[in-house]
Amino acid sequence: MTISDLQSIPVNSALLQFGADEMFVTDAGRSIAQMAIAYQTYGTLNGEKSNAVLICHALTGDQYVASQHPVTGKPGWWELMVGPGRPIDTSRYFVICSNVIGGCIGSTGPASVNPATGLSYGIDFPVLTINDIVRAQALLVDHLGIDTLFCVAGGSMGGMQVLQWAARFPERVFAALPIATGARHSAQNIAFHEVGRQAIMADPDWRAGRYLEEKVRPEKGLAVARMAAHITYLSENALQSKFGRKLQDRTSRTFSFDADFQVESYLRHQGASFVERFDANSYLYMTRAMDYFDLAAEYGGQLARAFLNSRTRFCVVSFTSDWLFPTSESRAVVHALNAGGASVSFVEIETDRGHDAFLLDVPDFIATTRGFLGSAAQARGLGAVSGVKA
Amino acid sequence: MTDLLATPAQTTEAASSRVDHMLIARMVADGARVLDVGCDDGALLRLLRDQHGVDARGMELSQRGVNDCVAKGLSVIQGDADVDLVDYPTDAFDYVILSQTVQATRNPKRVLENLLRIGRYAIVSFPNFGHWRIRAQIAFNGRMPITENLSHNWYDTPNIHFCTIRDFVVLTREINAKIISATAVDRFGSPLRVNAPWWFWNFFAEQAVFMLERE
Repeated sequence: MTISDLQSIPVNSALLQFGADEMFVTDAGRSIAQMAIAYQTYGTLNGEKSNAVLICHALTGDQYVASQHPVTGKPGWWELMVGPGRPIDTSRYFVICSNVIGGCIGSTGPASVNPATGLSYGIDFPVLTINDIVRAQALLVDHLGIDTLFCVAGGSMGGMQVLQWAARFPERVFAALPIATGARHSAQNIAFHEVGRQAIMADPDWRAGRYLEEKVRPEKGLAVARMAAHITYLSENALQSKFGRKLQDRTSRTFSFDADFQVESYLRHQGASFVERFDANSYLYMTRAMDYFDLAAEYGGQLARAFLNSRTRFCVVSFTSDWLFPTSESRAVVHALNAGGASVSFVEIETDRGHDAFLLDVPDFIATTRGFLGSAAQARGLGAVSGVKA
Repeated sequence: MTDLLATPAQTTEAASSRVDHMLIARMVADGARVLDVGCDDGALLRLLRDQHGVDARGMELSQRGVNDCVAKGLSVIQGDADVDLVDYPTDAFDYVILSQTVQATRNPKRVLENLLRIGRYAIVSFPNFGHWRIRAQIAFNGRMPITENLSHNWYDTPNIHFCTIRDFVVLTREINAKIISATAVDRFGSPLRVNAPWWFWNFFAEQAVFMLERE
């Protein structure tokens, strides 16, 4: 399935729709009218409303954390972790996952119609921050009548949101699970994002961001952005062992620029399949939000002050082969949490699967999550049975 | 000297009944904030948390140990006593424990100073290199000693800074630490006579557990 217009994505999620008089004011001082937040929930909220888990998705993720994606038909992106009997056990917890604002799977973003003009926002949409994204999620949590979340969990950009939640709403987060993330985006990460954005904006079909009106899409640029980014999600070892120098459906070199190598074919496939489910402008906004993230800067340059006297229980996870958010980034968070006196566990999981390890079947990681959430649930007084207090 | 060769390492299950763990647990006030540096699989932390209501935190160098701890619901971070203790704020804990680890640190003096900075009390247990069996192995066998507690060969041991009880006492003076209590344990796990002189402890104790306080 290909989509010519992302507004036509058949989003089957619940929708929190704000009214014309309810303005969402961004960190940049811009207002979004009639904001919508698309979200999925799994499991049952208990009577005390104490078993809610908010899952924050990554850059190109969505709210379909444990259910089929409406465009790709693929299973939820974190079904290894979320579901009945999984570490984030939907028979025990009430799991919420919303599409971030600025996204393109049902929540208000650059592909949405600007009520002031009747046209899609394009790049007139306000540039967002991780803090904006988290404040919008907090409105959703309010709407669901939940005061304190049992846990906020997420990897990569999702992990940034977890840290932002814990810093901004410490009393609303009982446990926090930031995975493969950091408290700021590094120069190298900003650089990779800039490559992606330039690829999109260099595509003639980007049309200065107004491609939706002209019924075209910068598919080539977006695909290149995805290809470059995808390399950063893997590790050198994983690429080498998976592809090596193997040729794709041929026995010898073709002396052309066709995808001779399997790794080329793989990346082209990653790019091509990505453009079917993602809006190019949304990609610009999401990468920008990550680039702007610098939690310490919001607290006078001292990260420890972001978590001062926090009562949240943290479990910080990194992966040995993740060079996008290397362990040193997680350690900086851990040091700040320690300095702030917070309760923190930190695990560096040994794996060669790179940044994407948080989405994959890495048994040590899954066991760690299970252990952390299990003990946090005990401390929270959550019983083993859905909706019943121990 | 086969009778003194190492027996297999104690199992995880047996770890919580380790003599020094029991001694340490008795020294810690219920409900206190405790950091266990080099907490291994978390046996002592669990003992403290479950039986003494302690707010128990840990630091452990090995990946395996940290994963085990976190999977058990303990708050443990992966870290190195020589490197990462500096990141803890002053007076963050009531007790900081260094159990059978000081001899494996690169800079025991700086580590002890950090323990006493981070915690009001430091509790340190270590194998006594002055024990008569160890002395005897060197004196009569001419080989680096290998015992139940010290089961590594010289070339693969993580223990690079052994000391005797008397060495340790000297170090406590150098860092201006006050000895609140000192307990020596013989090879059967029984505490030695409290009023014994230092030379006696230094000769007959296999392990020692010190509680220190900043002067």
